[in-house]
Amino acid sequence: MNRKLINWSLGIGTPLLLVATWWAASQNSTNTFFPPLGTILERFQALWLFDHFGSDVMLSLRNLVLGYALATVIGVALGFVTALVPVVRWALDPLIHFFRGIPPVALVPIFISLIGFGIEMRLVSITLAALFPTLIATVDGIRSVDPSLKDVSAVYRLTRSEKLAQVYLPAAGPQIAAGMQVSLQVAFIVMIASEMLGSSQGIGAMTLLAQQSFMTSDMWAGILLLGVIGFGANMFFEVAKNKVLAWYVGSRRLSKS
Amino acid sequence: MNTTDTNPTINIANLTNSSPAGGGRPPRLEVTALSKTYGTGANAKCVIEDLTFTVNTGEVVCIVGPSGVGKTTLLKCLAGLQPATSGTSAIDGRTIAGPPPEMALVFQDYSRSLMPWLTVRKNVRLPLRHLHLPAQEMNQRIDTALEAVGLAHAANQYPWQLSGGMQQRVAIARALAYRPEILIMDEPFASVDAQTRFELEDLCLKIREDFGMTILVVTHDIDEAVYLSDRVVVLGSKPARVLDVVDIDLPAARDQISTRSLPEFARQRTTVLSMIRKPA
Repeated sequence: MNRKLINWSLGIGTPLLLVATWWAASQNSTNTFFPPLGTILERFQALWLFDHFGSDVMLSLRNLVLGYALATVIGVALGFVTALVPVVRWALDPLIHFFRGIPPVALVPIFISLIGFGIEMRLVSITLAALFPTLIATVDGIRSVDPSLKDVSAVYRLTRSEKLAQVYLPAAGPQIAAGMQVSLQVAFIVMIASEMLGSSQGIGAMTLLAQQSFMTSDMWAGILLLGVIGFGANMFFEVAKNKVLAWYVGSRRLSKS
Repeated sequence: MNTTDTNPTINIANLTNSSPAGGGRPPRLEVTALSKTYGTGANAKCVIEDLTFTVNTGEVVCIVGPSGVGKTTLLKCLAGLQPATSGTSAIDGRTIAGPPPEMALVFQDYSRSLMPWLTVRKNVRLPLRHLHLPAQEMNQRIDTALEAVGLAHAANQYPWQLSGGMQQRVAIARALAYRPEILIMDEPFASVDAQTRFELEDLCLKIREDFGMTILVVTHDIDEAVYLSDRVVVLGSKPARVLDVVDIDLPAARDQISTRSLPEFARQRTTVLSMIRKPA
């Protein structure tokens, strides 16, 4: 109990201490590249709360959520097919590993030339890049389903849809979730990159524009917002994961103690 | 050209073969000249060779043999999980090609045969969903099964929150609720402590009484085989083949203390043991 309290205060205290240090050290800064934190926060408020909120922040978030959701659905579905249909596995396995090897951001220029600078380009970039971690994790997860669970399903003559939804999906759940978490990070990176490379709207575009026009405080404000969004998205994911995979978290905790 | 003419003859021949030879109870489960070989050519490994035995309706039959003899392979063939290389196994004369609807299997490794994401109750319910039973009957079956194994109080817990013996009882309850006519158990009590083992053995006999099931148990424990069985099929290695089938002439009502102290019990277990220990 006491130990827990200490851990929590460390977790909250350290970032607070860092912010305080930043505040104090930058207070009288005249360096163009490191403006005072107070100025950054003022710009943060002016820019994001709520001037550009509707036009840029919501746009970025919508692309992120939509692209990520698409990537998850396609990744899990394609992963099931790849893992369970041998022909598909043989056909797709090398391709998957080839595309996985390309850094996701490097794909953005191709999409710009293929699809243009629109929202579609950004969505396709996010979806395709975020697809692979979930896809690969799903394939691995389903291939490593315990053979004895498959035997149980066969002996009790479970239907195909029962096997898929009641056995394979939950059994592969922990691995799929791990893949989805990586996909979330990738989606976030590509969201920003696609805005920086091929757009005039969105948080990424605003941040890059600020840097290019020497509005350093605005640039810092953008980076700060990206940090907050990334942190929030991951936190949300963790909470949802622990809820859906409560059985897994519980059994792991029990086997450790 | 002659196929249409010969087919009926084959069917009649099959029917005659599967009818009981000695009158009395017909064999429920019939294994005939069953062989299983893994691999081909020089790498071929024969695990089971020419195995023949029968199990009658309402009987408890144990298969004993040294460990690693291929007992699990035999069960997988019987349950329709693996095809046999040659020979057949049949229920009521019908050859088993896939998992038969009237059969349930309790696996050796309880911790890996239960779904850790489902509560005890939902684990028991899983195989019943596709039977499309009325909700009331489904719930009643689950309640009866959980009560029979003494786990009604743990219905809403997860398997991993339970002890090994309790987990194996969940696996048994799942089989009971499915109401199979034939229950096959693969070393079901191998990894529980001695006291739990006695309880589960008696539970097995009680199931036969209460549900009228035909039960086939694979075990390496000779005492357990003699205690549970009407007949014991003794396997020799390697490859596995039937050394003998021993009729157990113990009183039908078994008791862990009094049955095990009967002179007849000691005699039967000595018979089986000496058969297994004898060099092949």
